[in-house]
Amino acid sequence: MHPAPSVILFTVLSGAGFGFLALLGVFGASGTAAFFLWGLGYGMAVAGLVSSAFHLGNPRRALLAFTQWRTSWLSREAWASVIALGLFAPQALADWLGFDWGQGFWGQGFWGRGFGIAGAVMAGVTVFASAMIYAQIRAVPRWHHWTVPLVFLAYWATGGVVLAGVAPLALPALCVLGGVLALHWHFGRHAFARAAETMESATGLGRIGAVSVFEQPHTGGNYLLREMIHVVGRKHAERVRMIAMVCSVMLPAMALAWLGGVTGAVLAALTHLLGALAQRWLFFAEAEHVVGLYYGQRGAGVASGSGGRAR
Amino acid sequence: MTGLPERTEKKLGLVIDLDTCVGCHACVTACKGWNDQGYGAPLSDQNPYGADPSGTFLNRVHSYAVQPDEMPAQIINFPRSCLHCEEAPCVTVCPTGASYKRAEDGIVLVNEDACIGCGLCAWACPYGARELDQAAGVMKKCTLCVDRIYNEALPEEDREPACVRTCPTGARHFGDFADPESKVSRLTAEREGFVLMPGMGTKPVNRYLPPRRKDRPEEASLLAPLLDIRAGGLAGWLDRVLGKI
Repeated sequence: MHPAPSVILFTVLSGAGFGFLALLGVFGASGTAAFFLWGLGYGMAVAGLVSSAFHLGNPRRALLAFTQWRTSWLSREAWASVIALGLFAPQALADWLGFDWGQGFWGQGFWGRGFGIAGAVMAGVTVFASAMIYAQIRAVPRWHHWTVPLVFLAYWATGGVVLAGVAPLALPALCVLGGVLALHWHFGRHAFARAAETMESATGLGRIGAVSVFEQPHTGGNYLLREMIHVVGRKHAERVRMIAMVCSVMLPAMALAWLGGVTGAVLAALTHLLGALAQRWLFFAEAEHVVGLYYGQRGAGVASGSGGRAR
Repeated sequence: MTGLPERTEKKLGLVIDLDTCVGCHACVTACKGWNDQGYGAPLSDQNPYGADPSGTFLNRVHSYAVQPDEMPAQIINFPRSCLHCEEAPCVTVCPTGASYKRAEDGIVLVNEDACIGCGLCAWACPYGARELDQAAGVMKKCTLCVDRIYNEALPEEDREPACVRTCPTGARHFGDFADPESKVSRLTAEREGFVLMPGMGTKPVNRYLPPRRKDRPEEASLLAPLLDIRAGGLAGWLDRVLGKI
């Protein structure tokens, strides 16, 4: 699949942003610090949502995306994100301006953090819905798996605590993230083979014999080749996997455990986001769509056939 | 709501005969021609006369080499377009309701005025039936020529999809699969028509008819329809008279 920068930025920024907001919602902050912390969370989440509009063909109709929540995960994500941002707002104001009802932190008055906790739940729902947009697609076997929502949720939770620089929470979260990533990649390796779709089943010609491309249907590129038959990513997959694991899990853990303080926290946050971008790039780039079978573009078979100008 | 209808009254679709298709791409051209000026945004091309041309098409014809065990390979031309699936995944993923399946005849359509061009439906389709128009920013797909098949301004013989009407070898058939007596239902039954990637759970309506094994001329001559010559007119009269002498 084509790794569109707008979608990669969107899922990484809003994922980490919603994670950070959820943490603030539950644990709270106070005074001027609250203004900047809540501002950072809102900034990331909203910047992510706005950047997602850049990959639309007709962004001016984006509001229509709220209408189909009964069937569409994309619509559900839109609702969940708006509800989460709305729920956080009174809690953020209470933290910043010191409203009486919102005083107290975790453990000092549960109802005082009601909006924040509800917002945190909806933030999780938002990220889950984002992940389901991909996980629901059967035509992309690597995505059609329960580890996909797990990866998104792990990045959500880890992103929040790493951005906050809370080492006692971040270190276990990073360990879990590392495990979840390894699991996701492990299942992804044979996902296409498990889906059992081949050029023979795609064309139905397997009843006669082994199918190969004799001639491509067109000599120029097209939307399908550009959008769904992206082959560059698979070539460097192992390297990018390494970068993602080192940057989003190992380096932040080392920075938080050994450096500590503000330097450690900032370094951890930056490397973690960098690693998350690498992981998300790979998530798109190495995912293969079954439509590639019609073009004979699949794994080692990339060289077969001619004319398909896949980029 | 982009829910799928529980059942559709008719199941309009195509039968594509892989035995007769010669891969001439006339259906591709006819489709492009009709849909350039009919329903919805025209199918745009980008840089059509330049070094890197590309464009939007609703129908593509592939050519495959199929290698049976211990027999020579055979070339099969393979038109690929929307299959108007009963369980169309492209419909339910749509966030705006632009993508829908008609309850009356099962045609899967895009309401271009509500399409935001997010591309999710194209991802959801296993068959590559949808292409985003780069000029209009809306999703394009086969409409089964909904603006021809019910169009009373057209002569009756033209009220079928442009690809079917134009096919010079009669490799494409249009009809109602819900009616077991329709031409398409009978063709499917007689020739063991099959669906593409049934494992994807999409329940396609369109059927493909398998090609004959062209490496076995003893089973059926490839020229069979042409060899049954019956002379008429003067030649027929001569044939009869000379036969009696």
